Amino acid sequence: MTAVLEPKVRLRPITLAILAMGGEGGGVLSEWIVNLAEDHGYYAQSTSVAGVAQRTGATVYYVELFPRLIDGDELPEPVLSTMPTPGEVDVVVASELMEAGRAIQRGFVTPQRTTLIASTSRTYSMPERTAMGDGRVDSTRLLESAKSASKTFLRGDFSRIAEASNSVISAVLFGALCGAQVLPFTREQFESAIRASGKGVEASLRAFDGGLRAVTGGPGVELQITSRPAPSASAELDQEQVALATADPGALVGPKLAKQAARIKEHIPAPARYMAVLGIRRTAEYQDTRYADEYLDRLTSIAALEQFGDGSARLTTETARYLGLWMTYEDTIRVAFHKTRSRRFDRVGREAQVSEQQLMRVQEYLHPQIEEISDTLPTALGRWVLNSRLAGRLIYSTTHKGIKIQTTSVWGFTTLYVLARLRPIRRRSLRFGQEQQHIESWLDLIRSTAPTNYLLACEIAECQQVIKGYGQTHANGMKNFTTMMAVLPQLSARADGAERLAGLRKAALADEHGAQLQAAVAALAS
Amino acid sequence: MAERSFAEEVKQLRLGAGQEFRGEGILAVTKGLLQSGVAYVGGYQGAPISHLMDVLGDAQEILDELDVYFENSASEATAGAMLAASVHYPLRGAVTFKSTVGFNVASDALANLASGGVTGGALVIIGEDYGEGASIMQERTHAFAMKSQMWLLDPRPNLTAIVDMVEKGFELSEVSNTPVILELRLRSCHLTGSFVTKDNKRPTMTISQAVETPRRDLSRIVLPPASFLHEQEKVHKRWPAAVQFIKENGLNEFVSDGTQDFGIILQGGLFNTVNRSLELLGVSDAFGNSDIPLYVMNVTYPVIDDEVVRFCEGKRAVLLVEEGQPDFIEQNIQAVLRRAGATAILHGKDLLPVAGEYTPAAVTRGVTAFLRKYAPELIENTPAVTLPDDDERSPFAPRIAPELVQGRPPGFCTGCPERPIFAALTLAQREVGEHYVSADIGCHLFSINAPFNIGATTMGYGLGSAAASALNGKDANRRPIAFMGDGGFWHNGLTSGVGNAVFNENDQLLVVVDNAYSAATGGQDLLSSAAENPRRSTKHPIERAVRGVGVRWARTMSNTFKVDQMKEVFIEALTTKEAGPKVIVAQSECTLNRMRRERPARAKAIKEGKRVISERFGVDPETCTGDHSCIRISGCPSLTIADNPDPMRKDPIATVISSCVGCGLCGENAHAAALCPSFYRTQVISNPSAWDRFKAAISRPYLRLLQRGMERQLVGLDPVRS
Repeated sequence: MTAVLEPKVRLRPITLAILAMGGEGGGVLSEWIVNLAEDHGYYAQSTSVAGVAQRTGATVYYVELFPRLIDGDELPEPVLSTMPTPGEVDVVVASELMEAGRAIQRGFVTPQRTTLIASTSRTYSMPERTAMGDGRVDSTRLLESAKSASKTFLRGDFSRIAEASNSVISAVLFGALCGAQVLPFTREQFESAIRASGKGVEASLRAFDGGLRAVTGGPGVELQITSRPAPSASAELDQEQVALATADPGALVGPKLAKQAARIKEHIPAPARYMAVLGIRRTAEYQDTRYADEYLDRLTSIAALEQFGDGSARLTTETARYLGLWMTYEDTIRVAFHKTRSRRFDRVGREAQVSEQQLMRVQEYLHPQIEEISDTLPTALGRWVLNSRLAGRLIYSTTHKGIKIQTTSVWGFTTLYVLARLRPIRRRSLRFGQEQQHIESWLDLIRSTAPTNYLLACEIAECQQVIKGYGQTHANGMKNFTTMMAVLPQLSARADGAERLAGLRKAALADEHGAQLQAAVAALAS
Repeated sequence: MAERSFAEEVKQLRLGAGQEFRGEGILAVTKGLLQSGVAYVGGYQGAPISHLMDVLGDAQEILDELDVYFENSASEATAGAMLAASVHYPLRGAVTFKSTVGFNVASDALANLASGGVTGGALVIIGEDYGEGASIMQERTHAFAMKSQMWLLDPRPNLTAIVDMVEKGFELSEVSNTPVILELRLRSCHLTGSFVTKDNKRPTMTISQAVETPRRDLSRIVLPPASFLHEQEKVHKRWPAAVQFIKENGLNEFVSDGTQDFGIILQGGLFNTVNRSLELLGVSDAFGNSDIPLYVMNVTYPVIDDEVVRFCEGKRAVLLVEEGQPDFIEQNIQAVLRRAGATAILHGKDLLPVAGEYTPAAVTRGVTAFLRKYAPELIENTPAVTLPDDDERSPFAPRIAPELVQGRPPGFCTGCPERPIFAALTLAQREVGEHYVSADIGCHLFSINAPFNIGATTMGYGLGSAAASALNGKDANRRPIAFMGDGGFWHNGLTSGVGNAVFNENDQLLVVVDNAYSAATGGQDLLSSAAENPRRSTKHPIERAVRGVGVRWARTMSNTFKVDQMKEVFIEALTTKEAGPKVIVAQSECTLNRMRRERPARAKAIKEGKRVISERFGVDPETCTGDHSCIRISGCPSLTIADNPDPMRKDPIATVISSCVGCGLCGENAHAAALCPSFYRTQVISNPSAWDRFKAAISRPYLRLLQRGMERQLVGLDPVRS
């Protein structure tokens, strides 16, 4: 043995850090690696941080491998580190994209040494999920950092591969590790480690294969950098549609909307046409083709004020978007309509992976407020219901605990179907009238502002974004919207009015009860 | 039944002389205990040594064969007091718990034990919950060792070294009549590796033999005058005996002593980290053959004065690598050197961080600074971590924008029955206003983070109620709310909290979260567990206990997922005129444990052709407007966001991913909070009954007919249909 030690051998161990979230099987993965190494001539040591970190929190597993033999000589047991040293990690495996980012931030990933194997899938953090708007971190930036920070960056949507082979992500990552060819072991040896574990072996092996192919670019796996967890096929499709809409809007609608499509081609600047086409389809589906015409009447009045028709046509585009959304406000009729459509049934079935031998039941959780009911009734009747204590008590007693409806049953479906069929009376309903008034005064503001302050007009159009949700959430949004519209006089006076309004919109989306918006408005006055 | 089963692993505890053990640190420690002829073992679970208790539980059969008594202690105080069996009898006993919080609880018993001293070896195995992953205040066990004079072992993180220390620890305890602490650092507990085993030893005297031959010795009982005698004994008899044993058995190691005129003194537990730093500098190898003289303190208390003096003799300077603060060892060694008139300069926290975990980065930087000062010529290469952050070769050179990486603290699991409790409290507070909330230790403490942001303080395990006791404003029209887990309740909360509140007529609302396990520590059973446990007495209802100590207003909510009912009972408890403490026992089984039991059972039933309904929730993308208010009162990992399939909408929609266990909270919240109508529950019936099929046979064609009608109306709007 001394023969090996003198002159001193300066061997360094192979070092691996695994970043995962509690419950993702990071422990299993490191166990596989340890067994793999110990069974094939290596000393192996893995450490992890025990305890509550493993309740969905981010956690690090660390493994070091060291050969037992070197040119025939048996080596003594090495002294292995229990913690990764920044700048000295050979392989980093991350189960999720932001965790890969964490590994970079902690100095585990370096361009000089590290092979980074990461899943492009995202498990959104709490702030990303609870934001009232889109609070997501830009995955493209995470991917760029991962690429530039590592020596080799191997990636794939491993969580999707895990689901496809209905196994766990740890098995996919083990496969990717094998495919990365950074460990001195063969595929057979990797797979035997899985077999030895004896649990869910077949599924694990499928997942392993998926992970391996993903990083070796084998057939049947997409390896594109996606800025989103579910790279929607629609995303690419949209591009074609946008092009089509610009050239020939008529191609994107059926015969019933041919007339409206022609109007779009004539009056709407090219960049805004796609949104306009979506708008007429949405309004027609929501009410009728006449409603689509009303949508276009309103939109063209704005398009007339467009100053960048050959540029972005931002004003027309954003008005087309938010006008379409506002005109198709969420009422009971719309909800019932979508919940009863056949395509929805198909989607739910796919989602629950219902097989031929199985049956599916779908139960809705509805909680109609008295307002939402009076909303859909003819104006006079609606007013009466709102004001009558009797009707109030009646509705409260039946709905305050919420209603569960089984849409897959004859009775449940019929209930929703009848509601959906109330479409014709919507025009005479209390809320319809109110919403149209709101929409008109909003459009008036845009029209009166556009000529003098284009950017502010665009911002006004986009303010509709804060009106969303149902019940209290919708009320809060409406309140915020009114608050913002109220300060417009002040804003139009100042040069930075547009940025200010954008700031207010951000504040309105920052918390539920409009506290930040109030603060921002107050700051404005001072 | 604990979260993790070691049924397979414990088989290795039967290994005999000369065989190779392969596995985790905690399992190795257990094997060490059996090889030392331990007679009794106890302890209280808590990371990082929870699994030691689980291993012992799963090893019951082997323990029985060897006549080893094992008990799941009610608290660390119980565990500490249990060691009293070694005072008069030559019984070797070991207890284990999480330090330093466990020591806080156990120190009354251990101080008395250490005063009178022990006859049989007494070993306290503690998991030092310090540094990354620690869940408690950052303190050192060292202080307890010093104050009660218990020897502190801090072996190298290496299975052989750890197992040897278990065996030597018992001997040391016996020759010096002093209880010994074996400190296992966070990562050592789950460290994997191998060592050569010995045969298990039966205890020389069994518990039964001991209890059948009662013994007493007045001089061992802590009461004047004996107590004053003990103090003298500690320094004049036990200390010298310990020092002699430690030296004779070479528990502390000298590496390449005399090769340089400078050296490093380190805690054994840091050996691997220090050696890695030396490797990176090119002055050691992967086998720990350092070119720099090392004095490895595998015993960190007591400090062996003449070993220290000998090591420092003829050295210009010595670096002490001591983790944590205060710098007890540094102060101690400074005094030793000064007294001995040694000339060596002692560096320590002047070159190393004063506080915080001694990570490879921290140690490498400190050791590099030391070498640059005393032997720059020896440095073969510059470790990347020692480079300034603005050097592009530094691992900390900015490579990612900070805002791209957000914190990911631990939180409630998917389907956790504690989540609805806080959802309900959130809704209740919207009606009756914000209240002061005193939190406790356990999974329920996750409420302090988003989305609930509930809970102001946490004063210790089972102390949630006690921590609210001062806020008992007699003329206040709001009462404080206190939380406590079933674990904390039985640990001490029943007396320190409930009894106290009854006696002092405290007006507080106490919520006892009863998930049928000590869940945060790994799902161990306790008195109120619903499970049948062949070796323990379970199923003792918490409500009966609190009524037993005089609580008049008590409610047990047997299903926390009924958010509406939970909300109502919160409001009632916060508004009732009833005097004295109000206690709500919020009861639902920990989902982690339930799933582990039910998943296999369900799969089996489906295979056998039985009718099985599996549930999950979903969100309709067409009706979800992306305001995420549903997430803000849930935070469930399975309720997340996804791209909005609607090209007109910009904000992501809420979505339920396949990890959903169908706990039902989404639906309950949608109702209780009057959220949007987008939520639905899907029930998939495997092996449907004839009646199921009959109903489907009727409804399906009917639905299709109406649906076709609906779609016909839309014909001509979309190109695809025309």
